[in-house]
Amino acid sequence: MIASRADWLLALPVLVPLIACALSAALRGRARAQRLVTGSAAAVMLLAAGALVAEVVRRGVIATQMGDWAAPFGITLVADLFSSAMVAITALIYAVTAVQAHADPGVRAEEGLWHPLLAALVLGVAGAFLAGDLFNLYVWFEVMLIASFGLLVLGGGRAQLDAAVKYAVLNLVATTVFLIAVGLAYGLTGTLNLADMARRMPEVPNQGAAAAVAFLLLAAFGAKAAVFPLFFWLPASYHTAAAPVAAIFAGLLTKVGVYAMIRAVTLVFPAGQDWMAPLLWAVAAGTMVVGALGAAAHWDIRRILSFLIISQIGYMIVGLAIATPLAIAGAVLSIVHHIIVKANLFLVAGAIRRAGGSFSLAQMGGLWRRDPWLGILFAVPALSHAGLPPLSGFWAKFLVVKAGFEAGWYVLAGVALATGILTLYSMLRIWIEAFWKEPPEGAAIVALAGRERWLVLGPVAALALVTLGIGLWAEPFAAFALAAGEQLAGRDAYIAAVLGARP
Amino acid sequence: MLALPAIPLLALACVPLVGWGLRRAPVMAPWLAALPAALFLLVLTTPDGAMFSLHWIPTLGVELAFRLDGLSRLFALLIAGIGAGVFLYAAAYLEGHPLLHRFLAVLTLFMAAMLGAVLADDLLLLFAFWELTSLASFMLIGFDAHRAEARRAAQQGLMVTVAGGLAMLAGLLLLGDAAGTFRISAILAQGSTLAAHPAAPWIVVLIAIGCFAKSAQWPLHFWLPNAMAAPSPVSAYLHSATMVKLGVYLLARLNPAFEALALWQGLLIGVGTATMLAGAVLALRERDLKRKLAWSTVVALGTLVALIGIEDPLAATAAVVFLLVHALYKASLFLIAGIVDKKAGTRDAMQLRGLGRRMPITAAAALLAGLSMAGAPGFIGAFAKDLLFTVQLGVPRLLPAVALLVNAAMVVVAGVVAARPFMGKPMETGGVAKDPAVALLVAPIVLATLGLVFGMAPHLISAAIIEPAAGAILGRPTGIALGEKQGGTVVMTMSFAALGLGLLMFLGWRRLQPTLAGQTWLDTYGPDAGYGRAMRAVSAVAVALTRRVQGGSLRGYLAANLALVFAGAALVLVARGGLALPLPGPWAGPAQLALAAVILAGALAACRLRALFGQVMAAALVGFGVGILFLTLGAADLAFTQFTVEILAIVLLVAILARLPFHAPDARRAPERRRDALLAAGVGAAGTAILLAVLSVPFDPFITEWMGKAAVPEAKGRNVVNVIIVDFRALDTLGEIAVLLIAALAATVLLRRTGKPG
Repeated sequence: MIASRADWLLALPVLVPLIACALSAALRGRARAQRLVTGSAAAVMLLAAGALVAEVVRRGVIATQMGDWAAPFGITLVADLFSSAMVAITALIYAVTAVQAHADPGVRAEEGLWHPLLAALVLGVAGAFLAGDLFNLYVWFEVMLIASFGLLVLGGGRAQLDAAVKYAVLNLVATTVFLIAVGLAYGLTGTLNLADMARRMPEVPNQGAAAAVAFLLLAAFGAKAAVFPLFFWLPASYHTAAAPVAAIFAGLLTKVGVYAMIRAVTLVFPAGQDWMAPLLWAVAAGTMVVGALGAAAHWDIRRILSFLIISQIGYMIVGLAIATPLAIAGAVLSIVHHIIVKANLFLVAGAIRRAGGSFSLAQMGGLWRRDPWLGILFAVPALSHAGLPPLSGFWAKFLVVKAGFEAGWYVLAGVALATGILTLYSMLRIWIEAFWKEPPEGAAIVALAGRERWLVLGPVAALALVTLGIGLWAEPFAAFALAAGEQLAGRDAYIAAVLGARP
Repeated sequence: MLALPAIPLLALACVPLVGWGLRRAPVMAPWLAALPAALFLLVLTTPDGAMFSLHWIPTLGVELAFRLDGLSRLFALLIAGIGAGVFLYAAAYLEGHPLLHRFLAVLTLFMAAMLGAVLADDLLLLFAFWELTSLASFMLIGFDAHRAEARRAAQQGLMVTVAGGLAMLAGLLLLGDAAGTFRISAILAQGSTLAAHPAAPWIVVLIAIGCFAKSAQWPLHFWLPNAMAAPSPVSAYLHSATMVKLGVYLLARLNPAFEALALWQGLLIGVGTATMLAGAVLALRERDLKRKLAWSTVVALGTLVALIGIEDPLAATAAVVFLLVHALYKASLFLIAGIVDKKAGTRDAMQLRGLGRRMPITAAAALLAGLSMAGAPGFIGAFAKDLLFTVQLGVPRLLPAVALLVNAAMVVVAGVVAARPFMGKPMETGGVAKDPAVALLVAPIVLATLGLVFGMAPHLISAAIIEPAAGAILGRPTGIALGEKQGGTVVMTMSFAALGLGLLMFLGWRRLQPTLAGQTWLDTYGPDAGYGRAMRAVSAVAVALTRRVQGGSLRGYLAANLALVFAGAALVLVARGGLALPLPGPWAGPAQLALAAVILAGALAACRLRALFGQVMAAALVGFGVGILFLTLGAADLAFTQFTVEILAIVLLVAILARLPFHAPDARRAPERRRDALLAAGVGAAGTAILLAVLSVPFDPFITEWMGKAAVPEAKGRNVVNVIIVDFRALDTLGEIAVLLIAALAATVLLRRTGKPG
């Protein structure tokens, strides 16, 4: 069979970073060539992902069988609206991070390893978004884990190593639980193909065992997504990473976990799981509140931002808990919004560190007077994150809360709203301490200038414009999210695309 | 109808221009007042009922819709008109300030947001502008960011208004759901049917909370006086004339939909009255000119909210007239307070004396505004007072008494702020005080004079402004013309009583104030202190919780993760009735049982042994046992893989143990070890239970059978396992190879660290 357009579009997001990883690993020591590889890979991937989104919008769910072995016997790559959007954002974050990394001293010192590891991380993330096979998904999780471990220790000292150990051990536990669950799910259904498993799971005679397997899968994905109470690894590690690394981690890694949770719940375990809704309710509320409180307890910008990642994951779980198409649409929009805004905030944190001389709020100040552009570029994602209208975060929150009200989940929607004020509180603290108050005696004050200024603030501005764009021109994004929500809630299109019209 | 959306959007577009242009040419700052002046004319010339709408987010039912009616026109005129004066004043007030351009840019942003909020015909559009005004207010309160109290006040103001805003958002969502639309005109067109909707009480309470926070109603009023940390033009514009009235605006806007609801009336009248009382007492107690004015603004806002709650044409008219009167005199008085502060060097009302001779023009403007505030005959303030008393007398119970006390307090504030500083002998420190430049005087004089002009010629605004606005609040025409005498002798008597009582209190204020200020419990148990306590409590809870949850010990995290995951899975299994045993089959031969015993012994030994070396060996026993078990079950490939991995792992671990200083055998104390062993046993038991339940389901081997059949003819390979690895599931293998490469890279990163100091 000759590969069609859809086959190529599905393969490229995996192929491009794979080639980039291998090439730039081979080109170690030749920084200029490596930069060229990363730059072109990001550009090609961005284009390919754009084409993939367009194709999915036009044709609905598309699938390709690797090696042309028919599903469910081989491995399938699948793209629906949700996963194609995730791939597109992954490509965007890849490009933006690659640019800003040029200005980061920690990364520049180890550039030879940075390029292949970054490509490897993108490979794992993109593969996970497109995988239509449970074990294949596990493989991509492994790729992600090992690549992120390498990135985490990049250019670092003792604190970073300590963080990386915690990160690796706790994530290995999650990955192991995932692997156990893969085996058990295979034992129950005899298949690894997600679409096939979706058809067979309801027919498993021991539904209690199926529920336990579902729980293990959700726990593994939830740990990856850093939900309460499995999030310990995230605040233990993110604040030590180099700024561009932290940005790509903050944007992408947890979201792969959320993606997998949404995929598993909507596709494989949609009906009859009466235990799941209250569990997700508690997890969502706990994640939102504990994350926001954790942020309020810290004085290091990156620790604050790390806990706020957790808090925002809670919003996505709210959408998943309610599970109506509108709620899932809210979760989808939340993920899209949050990847962009969170990566942006960590990049800004890096810029603040440069201009203010520290990550600690107590040890800097006066940035608003000195560098108003930096202030504006912080304010846009920060306010978007706190959910102020008309930025992207507001519409994400709007959808989730509206879905909560419509489905009668008033308390959870109320918790989601109240979390907003705690988030704002943390953002205000950063603003007041870093930007407004006078810097303390002896604060290292450096002006961001010249080429470095463009490399640092350029990507930040680009992402801020995206946030603003989603906010002001929300219609296509809202419509897309709703269509994605409908597609996820009604899983037939996915199953048909993978398995064909066979019964 | 492009003029209508142009009003807010034009102002919005000017924001970057202002910030950029005035940085280069600060001398142009006074000319910025032309922008609000032009907008004022635009509002004036746009016909009533003008409407504009554009699909914004049709998927969510959100429209970019604007509408101009009597109520929004009154507000828009106040925003643009007072804005013109304030911009002129601000340019002079902050002349030479290095950040003047940023100040005026934010002020322009605020004006745009205000105009957008009052002209919006879509609830969510209104909300977006509403929050934008809060943000602009935050930036302006914290303009003198080097002062700690300015930063605190800015944060407090934003926290309170945004928290209220979140409640309001919930209310707006419920309202949109109940009405089936976010369009305000469409909601109002449904008449009072919405009041009967089951969600109506929730809608009313939630929206009211947002409005109360914004309009500084008790007990959320405390942020407003603290906001006086802002420069005086901001206090005049945002925190008396316009922004704090936005809550009043929305209540008035939605009044026709909910007026029939007893909850609505009770809530507005009750909270409004409480606000009036609290504001009056605190105003009497205050010495600082600006804070005193702020408390009197709180009184005015309470009055307005209570008036909206009283469903009566006269009350609606009173609300509109009082709103206008208050905006005029209060903005004027704030601007004058700013002049006094600048020229006399203090805002302490006790110290300020005798400025009249040195600042005659300022004194005259203050007198005009003060008379309007006190409701002197001939001023429009007199109409307002007349209407107020008439309405308030119509409501039985508490209101008349409250009205008397509150009005007397307002007379005192008018006297202390507008008269007292200018009377008597000149104070010593005020030696250099003199009238300021014209640019600072224009706005207060014009605003104060308008109070007299409208008082003398009420027909100027009666039919054009007042009646349409009051009609919009009421939901039908009021038929009341301004200037008609309202009320009878009772009102007259009461009016004079209030004036007399107020004068008496004014004369005794020097002694009254210290007595009131001595009541420190008002501060200790007041909501401002409560806000501080709440913030500290949140912080303390956050720190305590975070310390508990994120303790920093890897073993703790690990134990929590394992316990939660496997206890949860076991619980789900049991609760869903999944406990089951597989049918006994060929799996339980004696050889396997013996191997199982070996594996179990290895696991127990790993728990019991204290030396790391011994633990590694015990774990290896488990690994090899499992490998041999695979062999006995016919999985030769798997067994050999397992052996290889085990051998490699042991060699590496032993090499590491030999080279690294792991002398201390095991630091855990006995209880910890017991707990860990228990945890391990529990995880193992839970895993076993789930595995047994899964094995109780007969396995469907259709894929393995297909692979066995297809391997030779289709994939051309005799070893099925190899075919799976390199063909059927080649992508997995590719991924795993990538993992190897990446692991090598990661190891390189780690190795490069060696020799680097921490």
